[in-house]
This record gives sequence, C-alpha cells and structure tokens, in this order.
Amino acid sequence: MAKLNLNRVPMPRQDPKVRGRNFNEVALGYSLEQAQEEASRCIQCPKRACVDGCPVEIDIPGFINAIREGDMPEAVRLLKDKNSLPGICGRVCPQETQCEATCSLAKKGAPIAIGRLERFVADWERANIGAATSIDSPKPTGKRVAVVGSGPAGLTAAADLAKLGHSVTIFEALHVAGGVLMYGIPEFRLPKDIVQAEVDYVASLGVKLELDSVIGKLVTIDELLNSGYHAVFLGTGAGLPMFLNIPGENLNGIYSANEFLTRVNLMKAYRFPEYDTPVKVGRRVAVIGGGNVAMDSARCALRLGADKVYIVYRRSEVEMPARREEVENAMEEGIEFKLLTNPKQMLGNEQNWVVGMECYEMELGEPDDSGRRRPMVKEGSEFIIDVDVVIVALGTRPNPLIAQTTEGLETTRWGTVVADEETGKAVKDKVWAGGDIVTGAATVISAMGAGKRSAADIDEYLRG
Amino acid sequence: MYKILLAQDLVPNIHLFKIAAPAIAEKAQPGQFVVIRIDEIGERIPLTIADWDRDEGSVTIVFMEVGTTTHKLALLQTGDFIADFIGPLGLPTHIEKFGTVVCVAGGFAVATIMPIARAMRQKGNKVISIMGARNKGLIFWEDELRSVSDQLIVTTDDGSYARKGLVTEPLKELLEGEEKVDRVIAIGPSIMMKFCAKTTEPFGVKTIVSLNPIMVDGTGMCGCCRVSVGGVTKFACVDGPDFDGHQVDWELLFARQRIYLDEEKRSFEQWQRSIHR
Ligand SMILES: Cc1cc2nc3c(=O)[nH]c(=O)nc-3n(C[C@H](O)[C@H](O)[C@H](O)COP(=O)(O)OP(=O)(O)OC[C@H]3O[C@@H](n4cnc5c(N)ncnc54)[C@H](O)[C@@H]3O)c2cc1C
Ligand SMILES: Cc1cc2nc3c(=O)[nH]c(=O)nc-3n(C[C@H](O)[C@H](O)[C@H](O)COP(=O)(O)OP(=O)(O)OC[C@H]3O[C@@H](n4cnc5c(N)ncnc54)[C@H](O)[C@@H]3O)c2cc1C
Ligand code: SF4
Ligand code: SF4
Ligand code: FES
Repeated sequence: MAKLNLNRVPMPRQDPKVRGRNFNEVALGYSLEQAQEEASRCIQCPKRACVDGCPVEIDIPGFINAIREGDMPEAVRLLKDKNSLPGICGRVCPQETQCEATCSLAKKGAPIAIGRLERFVADWERANIGAATSIDSPKPTGKRVAVVGSGPAGLTAAADLAKLGHSVTIFEALHVAGGVLMYGIPEFRLPKDIVQAEVDYVASLGVKLELDSVIGKLVTIDELLNSGYHAVFLGTGAGLPMFLNIPGENLNGIYSANEFLTRVNLMKAYRFPEYDTPVKVGRRVAVIGGGNVAMDSARCALRLGADKVYIVYRRSEVEMPARREEVENAMEEGIEFKLLTNPKQMLGNEQNWVVGMECYEMELGEPDDSGRRRPMVKEGSEFIIDVDVVIVALGTRPNPLIAQTTEGLETTRWGTVVADEETGKAVKDKVWAGGDIVTGAATVISAMGAGKRSAADIDEYLRG
Repeated sequence: MYKILLAQDLVPNIHLFKIAAPAIAEKAQPGQFVVIRIDEIGERIPLTIADWDRDEGSVTIVFMEVGTTTHKLALLQTGDFIADFIGPLGLPTHIEKFGTVVCVAGGFAVATIMPIARAMRQKGNKVISIMGARNKGLIFWEDELRSVSDQLIVTTDDGSYARKGLVTEPLKELLEGEEKVDRVIAIGPSIMMKFCAKTTEPFGVKTIVSLNPIMVDGTGMCGCCRVSVGGVTKFACVDGPDFDGHQVDWELLFARQRIYLDEEKRSFEQWQRSIHR
C-alpha cells in the first residue's frame, strides 16, 4: 500500500489584521493545483466511511476522484446529483463533525478536506457557467406543490420536486430568497452572490419564486391547498429571537442577533448611508452567546469599526456550540472571550442608552439535560462591563405566524412543528415540514437533508 | 415590482398612493399595515393600510414626509413602481358593537383611521370622530371622515380653521358629557396618542392606540419593534400594532423611536446633497 499523505493542504485566508476591517470573504479558496493535491490524498476506501457522515450522502470518493483526474464537469455532476447547494455547504457545513469526522484518515488526524474540495467544485462551476452538463427537463406531472420559506430546506425540497416534474412555487416572506443564508450568515463567510447563484440555479429548474409573501397573513396554508396546490412543504425556519428577560433589555443599543445581522447582511447597513438602512456601530460591543450566531455577530461588529468586541458566554470554551474554525477566526481577529460570565442586568443612562452590563461570574456544576455541565452563579461575583451596544444571540424559535393560522398543524411546547423524522410528514393532511421549523435552530445541511426526504415522500404521495 | 396606480398630494407634505397589490387588497382589514421598500438600496418602512379596493386590486397608503425614505417616496408619480410591498401585517383592529366609539386622528392618521371608523359604524356603533391638524393648510379628508362618522369635530392647533386647540380638549368634553363613551381609538403622532390615553384614563374608558416603533421585517423576526405594555415586552408588528393605551410604556417608545436620530440626519443630508447636484 502506498504511504498515506497526512499533509492537509491549508486553506489560503485573508490576514486577520486586514480582514477584521472588511466584509470580503475570509477563506480564499483552493487553486486547481491545491485542489488536485488535496484530492490525491484520498485513498478511495471501498467502505466509503465519509459518505456515512454526510446527511445528504454525496458520492464523496466519486467527486474527489473526478477532481484528481481533472474532469470538473463530472465532479459537478456527481455533487449536484445529491446537493443542489454545494457552494454553500462547502463553506458552512460543520464538516469537522460530519463527513470529515468519519473519513478514514480522521483517525490519523488528517481527514480529507472534503468541504474545501466541495467548495472548489462549486466555485469552478460558477466561473465556467454552462460547462457542466445540464439536466434533461423532466416530464411534467401536472401536480403543484407550494414550498413556504426559501432557506436551505425550502430550496432543496423545491429543486428536488422540480427535477421530478412537479410544478413548484416558493413563497418567501422577505424581499430576497435564501433564508438565513441571506439575512443571517455574513458576507465574509458566505458571499451573497454565491447564495444568489444557487437560488438562480433552483429557479432555472422551473421553480417559481413569490417574494414578499408572508404566509399566514397574505394567504393561509388551507387557502393554498384549496387553490389548487396538491401538497405544501413548510420550511419557514426558526426566526423568532429569544431574549434574556432581564432588567434593562429594551434599552437603546440592545439588539437581537437577528435584527443586527439582518440590518448588516440583508439590508447592507455596513454600506450606510449608500444603503438607507442604519445600524449602530458601537465602540464597545458585547455579544451574548456562544454559537455560530454569536461569532458572526461579533465579527460583524468588529468589521463595522468597533474598538472592542466581547463574546460573553456562561459556560467554558469546550461547551461552545460554535464551529471550532469560527471560534479560532474570531480569536485571531482580536475578539475577547469573557467565558463563565452571564449578564444580570443592563444599565442605561438618562437618554435610555445602554452604558453597561452587570454580569455574574459562573462556575460549572453537574451535567444538565443537554449533557453539558450546568453553569451556576457565583454569589457576590457581580462586575460591570462598559458597553454601548449589546447583541443578544441566545437562539431562536419558530415564528408562530403559520401555526396560529393553520388548523390541525401540531406543534411542540417549543413551537416546533411535529413531523415524521424520516418523511417530514406533518400531522395535517397534505402538509410536510422540515429544517429548523421542525428541529429548532440546527444546520444548513440538516435542513437540506430534511427538504430532500420530504421531497421524496411528497413525490411518492403525488404519484400514489 | 408594484405599480403606483395613483399618486396624489393631499396637502403639501402628505401624499396618497394607490398601489396595485391584488392579493393584499383581498385580505386587508382595518388597522393592518404594509412594509414597503422603494428600491434596491432602500430601507424597509411600515405604513398603515388606509384603504383597499378588492375589485380594482389596489391598496391605498397615506404618508407624511419625515426623512429620507418618505421624501424619496414623495418624488414618485403615477405609473412608477416600487420594489417591495408586503402585507397585510399586524393584527386587525378589534371591531365590535361597543355602543359609542370616539375615533381620534392626528396628522396623516385622518386617512388611516377611516377604515376603522367605517367598520365601527357598520357594526352598529355610534361613531364620533375628532380630527386635528397643526393649521388649516394641513387639513384633508374632512368630508370623507364625516361621511363615516355620526359626528365630526375638527381642531387646529393655531385656530386657523374650525376649533382652536388640541384634539384632547373635545375628547375630554365628550367624556365629561351626558353620553356614555364606550371606547376610544386614537391614532396619530405618538405624543398625541399618549395624551389621548392620559385624557381617558381617569374616566376608565378603554383606549386603543396604534403604536409606531421602528420596524425592519414586520413579521416577528427581529425584535426591533419591541414595546412594553402592562410591563410585558411585545413585538408591535405581530402582537399589535394596536394596544391598550393605558398600559403602554410611552417613555420607552419615545426613546426607542430616537435610536437612529444621528444616522437619519446624516442620511437625509447626504440625500439632499445628491439631488441638488
Ligand atoms: C447567523 C447564523 C449563522 C449560522 N451559521 C451556520 C453555519 O456556519 N453552518 C450551518 O450549518 N448552519 C449555520 N446556521 C444555521 C442554519 O443557517 C440554519 O439551520 C438553516 O438556515 C435552516 O434552514 P431552514 O431552511 O430550515 O430555515 P431558514 O434558513 O431560516 O429559512 C426560512 C425562510 O422562511 C421564511 N419564512 C418564515 N416565515 C415565513 C412565512 N410565514 N411565509 C413565508 N416565508 C416565511 C424566512 O423569511 C426564511 O427566508 C447559522 C444560522 C445563523 C442565524
Ligand atoms: C405600524 C406602523 C404604521 C405606520 N403608518 C404610517 C402611515 O400610515 N403614514 C405615515 O406617514 N407614517 C406611518 N408610520 C411611520 C413611518 O413608518 C415613518 O414615518 C417612516 O418609517 C419614516 O422613514 P423615513 O426614512 O422617511 O424617515 P427617517 O428620517 O428614517 O425617520 C424619521 C422617524 O421615523 C421613524 N422611523 C424611521 N425608520 C423607521 C422604520 N423602519 N420603521 C418605523 N419607523 C421608522 C423614527 O422614529 C424616526 O425618528 C407607521 C409606522 C408604523 C410602525
Ligand atoms: S454536504 Fe456537508 S457533510 Fe456533505 S459532503 Fe459536503 S461538506 Fe460534507
Ligand atoms: S473516507 Fe476519506 S479517504 Fe476514504 S474515500 Fe472518503 S474521503 Fe477518501
Ligand atoms: S419589526 Fe421585526 S419583529 Fe417586529
């Protein structure tokens, strides 16, 4: 057997000092040579352990082999066969806990950089439009499906259903399609023209996009079903922000992460006043939370020009739910982590502006329901952090607009919609659901997986 | 894109647009609003639905020029398009047979209170409307509001037309009068709504106000529009915009409306420079 090559080809990145002040993408992407070098490390194991780690079961050894052989159209075809949004997944999938975790070379500490290769193929396709073989247009079935929400779950379900010959319309509440990919995840991690290209691809399959359409208000699910849609897929995500419910939380300068990120990413407030929507930049910014959303908020605040940005998290570094890579990026850029710290109250001045955040120090006790050690307040440990902007990134729940206006749609006490794990079938007749609306805030690829499984089940039902 | 079927100046700084939006017209109810965005670089701003025509498929908005977006909007004309028009948002005003309902409107809200007064009357209420403006030049739709009211009282701050004074004065007289007032609806500038609520509070007459905090999405996603009502935080875009005026934390609302004063000024100055070039 040939000797294993354990040298992962590193990803070229913008210098931390430079990138901390711009919104350009941090990771710069492989060149063809770098991609082929990384691809040639793959030993093409017959057990295909990597595929087990991918929620949408991409033929990973297959597309990697195509890269090695320089057959890029084939690599594109193999990828797109399972994943309509490779340019996105290659960038934001938590590969380290998925495909790269199960790769045979992970045991040796040097899994194949599958995400980076996936990204490379997607970027190649964008740069060489039309080079990859196009898919034959399917035979129309005459069935109509309404997809509500244009995040990764909705886009995937719509693409798969369109490929099977169904007539699909996506209804999206915002003025832009893409869900969290557009309004949440910042430009420097996921450029918006890449998301737009993937949305355009889905539209090119014949999917109709109805933007500015708030389902539950403009039309209800029942009205959609009564107006000729044979099935409805709900992929409306988990967009309702949670707050801490502590004193002072409505002071000026305190944002939910959703509001802050929406202003910056969707409304392009980082280009104010060229774009009309403002955002308070802040000199000293505290972001509360330890997930991807918190990292993104902190790194946006820094790029807008804040002098000092803190992450305030009540547990320790090992419990942080954010991707390792993003935590490291944030640290490199100079964001200060205040761990084992939890806010007690927000302090304001006479103009109702936040000026400080009183916090407790925390310590970790016995493991709680989530399996992580429970953070407990250290009595008498209060201290104050001076701030002028606070961003609350504590997680989100599904927006109740649809559940409130749809009879027979069962929800849990967290507001998530009850749906079969395998098929996405909701309790209500002719309705499926998947993505964050079912699982609560999760990942892009799990939302896509759910969209895929629902599309398959809807197809079976429509042909039934 | 949404077409402007009619652009009309009601008074110099208050304008009426009729927009082609059949699906919204189909669903609109009194008290609901839309979110609009003029173009690619535009901000999303909320405006109340002042009227709708289901046959024509149109929705009417009435807006006052205050800052960049509303000034830009005022430059558009019949036949032009705006990029986004989203609705109907918010909960409809609670319409029921209460008995005697007093509808108080200030400024542009003379238009937005129309569908509410009309619906209240259709339910069998006696509707007494009070409309106020700073001066005679800012009065519009007097006849329209009269046509959906049993009685109409007009005030101007400077006495240049009709009764001199603020809307709260005739409101107070009605509350003190013989006739029992069962409900008050007050819509207009925040400060006017606050003082209407303060006026009715001693009389214990339930007073509904339509709050206008800064909004972004208008669908409950951002929390920008949070207000405090009865000590509880609410999202005005989905829990309102109508709330019990006696329970509203007015100081918080005023403070939050001022978050972007500096930026609004900067944006407006830059826009003025750009059009004068
Ligand atoms: C800041 C941030 C960073 C993240 N980083 C990562 C990451 O690095 N990697 C990762 O894998 N995951 C990440 N996630 C999580 C991931 O983005 C989500 O799990 C995923 O987007 C969920 O997809 P979805 O399709 O279920 O919903 P969403 O992406 O939330 O899309 C739902 C769509 O439905 C629309 N909608 C809602 N209500 C209605 C309605 N009533 N009518 C019409 N349309 C409606 C919404 O406007 C939205 O466009 C991140 C999330 C955030 C917020
Ligand atoms: C539910 C609701 C219904 C409304 N209905 C009407 C109406 O029918 N007619 C009308 O003339 N006005 C209405 N308004 C107010 C209108 O939205 C603001 O006047 C408008 O947003 C000002 O934008 P601007 O860019 O012109 O001014 P700016 O200079 O940006 O702001 C001027 C002031 O308007 C408020 N404002 C600014 N941006 C927003 C925003 N995104 N959302 C809400 N308020 C903002 C702020 O308090 C600010 O100080 C309504 C507001 C709400 C919340
Ligand atoms: S979609 Fe995600 S999990 Fe699957 S191969 Fe690509 S990066 Fe790995
Ligand atoms: S497990 Fe790793 S080495 Fe094996 S085929 Fe998959 S990517 Fe290649
Ligand atoms: S405007 Fe965003 S939640 Fe109300």
